[in-house]
Amino acid sequence: MIKAILIFNNHGKPRLIRFYQYFAEDMQQQIIRETFHLVSKRDDNVCNFLEGGSLIGGSDYKLIYRHYATLYFVFCVDSSESELGILDLIQVSCSFVFVETLDKCFENVCELDLIFHMDKVHYILQEVVMGGMVLETNMNEIVAQVEVQNRMEKSEGGLSAAPARAVSAVKNMNLPEIPRNINIGDINIKVPSLSPF
Amino acid sequence: MALKIVKGSIDRMFDKNLQDLVRGIRNHKEDEAKYISTCIDEIKQELKQDNIAVKANAVCKLTYLQMLGYDVSWAAFNIVEVMSSSKFTYKRIGYLAASQCFHENTDVIMLTTNQIRKDLSSPNQYDTGVALTGLSCFVTPDLARDLANDIMTLMSHTKPYIRKKAVLIMYKVFLKYPESLRPAFPRLKEKLEDPDPGVQSAAVNVICELARRNPKNYLSLAPLFFKLMTSSTNNWVLIKIIKLFGALTPLEPRLGKKLIEPLTNLIHSTSAMSLLYECVNTVIAVLISLSSGMPNHSASIQLCVQKLRILIEDSDQNLKYLGLLAMSKILKTHPKSVQSHKDLILQCLDDKDESIRLRALDLLYGMVSKKNLMEIVKKLMIHVDKAEGTTYRDELLTKIIDICSQSNYQYITNFEWYISILVELTRLEGTRHGHLIASQMLDVAIRVKAIRVFAVAQMATLLDNAHLLTGNMQRNGICEVLYAAAWICGEFSEHLENPVQTLEAMLRPKVATLPGHIQAVYVQNAAKLFATILKNQEGNTDSTAAQETSQMMIDRLPLFVQSANLEVQERASCILQLVKYIQKLQQKDVEVAEEVSALFAGELNPVAPKAQKKVPVPEGLDLDAWINEPPSESESEDEQPKAIFTKEEPKHSRPRHTEVDEKELARRREARKQEQANNPFYIKASPSSQKVYQEAPGVEHIPVVQIDLSVPLKVPATTPSHPTGLPMSDQYVKLEEERRQKERAEKKKKEKKKRKEKRSGRGKKHDSGPESEEDITPAHVVDIVTEEMPENALPSDDDDKDPNDPHKALDIDLDNLLETTARRPLADSEKLPVRSHRAAGAPKSSAEDGEAENATPQEPKKKSSKEKRDKKKDKERDRKRSKEEKKKKKHKHEEKEEDLLGGQAEEPVVQSEETKEVEAQPTSTSAEVSDLDFWLSNAPVPSNTQEAATVAEAAPAPEAPAGTAADSEPEEPKDTETEESKSSKHKKKKQKKEKEEKEKKKKKKHHHHHHHSDGGGEESVQNGTVEEEEPLPPMSNYCLLAENSYIKMMMEDADQVCDIQGNLQDGSQVVVSVIFENKSDSFLKSMEFNVLDSLNSKLQRPEGSGPHDGLTVPFQLPPGVSNEARFVFTVQSIVMPQKLKGTLTFIVKNEDSSTHEKLDFKLHFTCTSYLITTPCYSDAFAKLLESGDLKSSSVRLEGVNMPFHHLLARICFHHHFSVVERIDSCASMYSRSIQGHHVCLLVKTSGQTVSIDAKCDEPTLLGNVLDEIKQTFSQC
Repeated sequence: MIKAILIFNNHGKPRLIRFYQYFAEDMQQQIIRETFHLVSKRDDNVCNFLEGGSLIGGSDYKLIYRHYATLYFVFCVDSSESELGILDLIQVSCSFVFVETLDKCFENVCELDLIFHMDKVHYILQEVVMGGMVLETNMNEIVAQVEVQNRMEKSEGGLSAAPARAVSAVKNMNLPEIPRNINIGDINIKVPSLSPF
Repeated sequence: MALKIVKGSIDRMFDKNLQDLVRGIRNHKEDEAKYISTCIDEIKQELKQDNIAVKANAVCKLTYLQMLGYDVSWAAFNIVEVMSSSKFTYKRIGYLAASQCFHENTDVIMLTTNQIRKDLSSPNQYDTGVALTGLSCFVTPDLARDLANDIMTLMSHTKPYIRKKAVLIMYKVFLKYPESLRPAFPRLKEKLEDPDPGVQSAAVNVICELARRNPKNYLSLAPLFFKLMTSSTNNWVLIKIIKLFGALTPLEPRLGKKLIEPLTNLIHSTSAMSLLYECVNTVIAVLISLSSGMPNHSASIQLCVQKLRILIEDSDQNLKYLGLLAMSKILKTHPKSVQSHKDLILQCLDDKDESIRLRALDLLYGMVSKKNLMEIVKKLMIHVDKAEGTTYRDELLTKIIDICSQSNYQYITNFEWYISILVELTRLEGTRHGHLIASQMLDVAIRVKAIRVFAVAQMATLLDNAHLLTGNMQRNGICEVLYAAAWICGEFSEHLENPVQTLEAMLRPKVATLPGHIQAVYVQNAAKLFATILKNQEGNTDSTAAQETSQMMIDRLPLFVQSANLEVQERASCILQLVKYIQKLQQKDVEVAEEVSALFAGELNPVAPKAQKKVPVPEGLDLDAWINEPPSESESEDEQPKAIFTKEEPKHSRPRHTEVDEKELARRREARKQEQANNPFYIKASPSSQKVYQEAPGVEHIPVVQIDLSVPLKVPATTPSHPTGLPMSDQYVKLEEERRQKERAEKKKKEKKKRKEKRSGRGKKHDSGPESEEDITPAHVVDIVTEEMPENALPSDDDDKDPNDPHKALDIDLDNLLETTARRPLADSEKLPVRSHRAAGAPKSSAEDGEAENATPQEPKKKSSKEKRDKKKDKERDRKRSKEEKKKKKHKHEEKEEDLLGGQAEEPVVQSEETKEVEAQPTSTSAEVSDLDFWLSNAPVPSNTQEAATVAEAAPAPEAPAGTAADSEPEEPKDTETEESKSSKHKKKKQKKEKEEKEKKKKKKHHHHHHHSDGGGEESVQNGTVEEEEPLPPMSNYCLLAENSYIKMMMEDADQVCDIQGNLQDGSQVVVSVIFENKSDSFLKSMEFNVLDSLNSKLQRPEGSGPHDGLTVPFQLPPGVSNEARFVFTVQSIVMPQKLKGTLTFIVKNEDSSTHEKLDFKLHFTCTSYLITTPCYSDAFAKLLESGDLKSSSVRLEGVNMPFHHLLARICFHHHFSVVERIDSCASMYSRSIQGHHVCLLVKTSGQTVSIDAKCDEPTLLGNVLDEIKQTFSQC
């Protein structure tokens, strides 16, 4: 079982949190802080597994994480999940599920996409993991389902949504300072010898 | 209207959306909280509006704020509103928000039940999907109960997208509503073979999660998973299954044996590291479960270790980490194979990655030996010095101590070295493990007597340099070491070199800054020291020294009397008074040393941690009862506790600060000793308990050797903080090496001598083996005192499971459900509530309410289906009842038999034409039970069972995936029953079919009147025999009875019926099946079968017919057709084979004429035909052999030229035996006669010779059976 999925940036700011077990809001924040503390002090060239923090889980739980540019993707899982499988799930596995999915759906994922489209990321995530269990590992399937749902949303919005979209486009235009270049770079570099399945 | 919409959307233009909120928060970095609170106010306003779009937008923003840690539960109702929007866009937002912030105690959840149900049945699959996803996060027991049935229905949805989500969410439902597991399980199992890989994967996922917690309930699924494992190509599914097998193997070692090969193949073939790793992991689990080290598995271990080494050597830190992790699992059972990779693991200790270092440390624990302990610890000590960060250093520290102290200090050869290691560890700054070091010091000093002199000296040094350890004592626990040091110095003060100096050190003013409990120990042990000093000085003529010591005590103790710590204060004042009194006596020149030291006489021995708990309560002792009458007056209370104290807890009665006169003291001590001696439960602590130690378990393996101490016992002049040159422990390493070398040299000399002495028979004393490791003798007279336990205590570790574990409720036996409903059908109460409302009371009655309330389009359909179901059920019940009644009339005793069979699977499986109906159920039951057993055992199984197993395997298959509405409750008894009867029918068909096949193989043109189109049957045969080593040659028990130009009779007497209950004098029956085949071109009719009865055997004829009348064969034979008829014989004695003469008369009818013809035959009743294949379990078998009522006999068969399993199969088939156990070329077999004689065989083969040792309680029968077996093999 996956107990939680946390995405936060290099400063510990949460970008997406998804707990599959109930924690009160303050506890969630504590867990994020603790996890960030554990993860952030690790070098990039050490292994991606951490024996679980004290707040979440316990001895049976592990933190499995990956660090891309400015973001940490952390999965808190128990012993029923395969460590390498989850790592793959985060990136390479089953034809690039998570990050790759984001990449594909947003064309070029960067931290700002996550910040401004948290809901969309949630919807993608929901197609990958459900209730703490991995739902789908086939990227094409995930992307297909996400796209169908997005199309549905667009068609529902129809005419009435057009002005709002226009306004938000204008708003975005007024903000030239949004840096569009925080690309996560070539994410395939650090994953040797893991053949995709 | 349109205007309103446009207006609404124009309004929305100026509302903040999520992006605006995020942007705003980013722009207000300084006053973020303030900005957010204004935003929340805005959101509250938005939520008050009617426009759902505005509300959804607000809820979306709330979801973001929730992530930032804001409590948004106040908006729960609005979230529900958004969830119930008809538009997918808003619904999705609502469910997302709900899944993020709803939980079991959110009270609006109960409002959602109907909404969710509506969404679940929505025609839009994405509405359903969103609802399922949301529900998976906030499902409550109520929701689970109310929606379980709807979700079950969705498991058979046409869209795989919904199916997989429905399957997955079932796990959450099970957790919250365990009652749903049994009814839902069959369908879940069905989904394992869903055509969609996603659904399949989800089902595997759920079952793996379930099985992880309660593996034993899922053992029966092993064959199915095995099939999946060998067929699936989805690595994710494979990993899950392999992990599951890892959990199952400990329960069923045979499974492990089966797994090794495919797993090994996967290891060799896969390129995915994740899969490889899990395979290795499971192979390790298998190897652990096969604890009996079977030689052929060493290859697997080698393979694992070798693959892990590759992982560890990989540059990828993740693989390295996992490799070490898996290695530590192997270590537990196969330490030898890991030890050879010591170099690699030590190398990992230097890794820059802390996680990897920690894993390597774990491994080191199991790798130490007497030989390398010092070396490894030395390496660790270097790491301790280098380590940055206290966590890792603390981890190192605990590991060093763990490694050294493991299994009762097994690997420590030199305790002086160990003590100096401990002392060196005290130099660690900021460690939190002072208490650990302290307890080690205490433990070693107490348990290793020989080390005390050295330990005391070291501890005295520590005490002297106490200031070094108390740097910042508040935070670190290193000052705990002083606790141990003080106690050791006090308790073993007789070994102190300079006790006065130590005493002085213990009474320094600085001590008052130590924590209270340490001070208390200081004070107490100062008194002990004082006693020793007095004793030492009393012999001297000059008494001033002694008086000076007393004076020092009197001067220094008041410091402690003022202590804020109560314990310290109490002890100090007590001792102060004592010393003052002693001083008085000293001044009168009275010799007090004896008495003072008597205060502290006696030895303290370690007590096992659980000892107190394990003291058995003596018989007749009621701990709750009053020992005396309950006190009526308050004054008696003062005395009573005292009485109890001395009576019940004598070990606490060591006097500490009593000022009693010498006689009283002596008297009391005497009394105490007496009592201790008499009390069997007293943990004996007398110093002369050497014998006890030697008897204590765990000591024997520690060689007690007398050797010259090559290490100087003097304390090196260095203080721990200022080591000169090498750290102290290193000196020991060097010395130890020298010592070992010397020893080796000496040993060689000795050996040479011995050789010279021509083996004068002096047995080796200590060399326990040829291994060099064992040759290392300890440097000390090591006498490790084991922990004491009360005599009657039983070692046990009863780890109670956490009663709050939600998975405990899911420990439900599912096998019953799968195999038969006869044993434990789903009770009405177990059925899932259909359409109920939360508020309604009992789930059953609420079903109706719910229906009345929600009239949805699906309603009538459901209802009708339900009604139909009910009707069916009723009908079924009626039919059953009437059937049963009929049965009762017909065969009373047979019903009893059914019960027996239903209850116990081991009961003989019998069959006959007549009991077909009755036995149908029980047979298939036992078949299913043996299913797993069969699948797991590679040994040939009697073909009957084999058939049964095949059928059993095939049985679940025909379970038709019926329409959604029709079988929303497949758990109905009816369904399963039909399935069962189906399978039993199936079975019969198959038997026929097989017979048919056999006939065909004989190249006869036979036509069976049973022309079943039975395609599945053949397939399942293949499934079943896949495991067979080689296909068995076709076998038949039919033998030619008689033949003429017209007809051919084949006889088989394989099937017997015996009345288990009936009296054995005349109740035994044998059924003979005869195949009649028409070989002519004419029509055969009016066949009559007649046998000349003997005294022993009689053909059963219908009532009213004479003893010589023939039986009419109930069919006619057209040209070329064959058919089978059965005849029942009554047999009295079964110990001898029999021959009966008989005649068959029939009319041959041609087109033009008809002739009367006759055929004579002889029926041969072998003894074998009286045997019934009866499964027997090995333990029952062993008991039977032990019982001694059996006569034995044996036979040898020469020149048998067939594989052993063919041989066994032949015996099984022709002689109705079953294999109890097979080990290599040896097998035990069992059978039972119809009159209940046990026949046991032990078949051994070597080359072409087969020897059969047999035992039976009827020697004549046995002799005949053996003769028949011999004959069987002489024919081939």
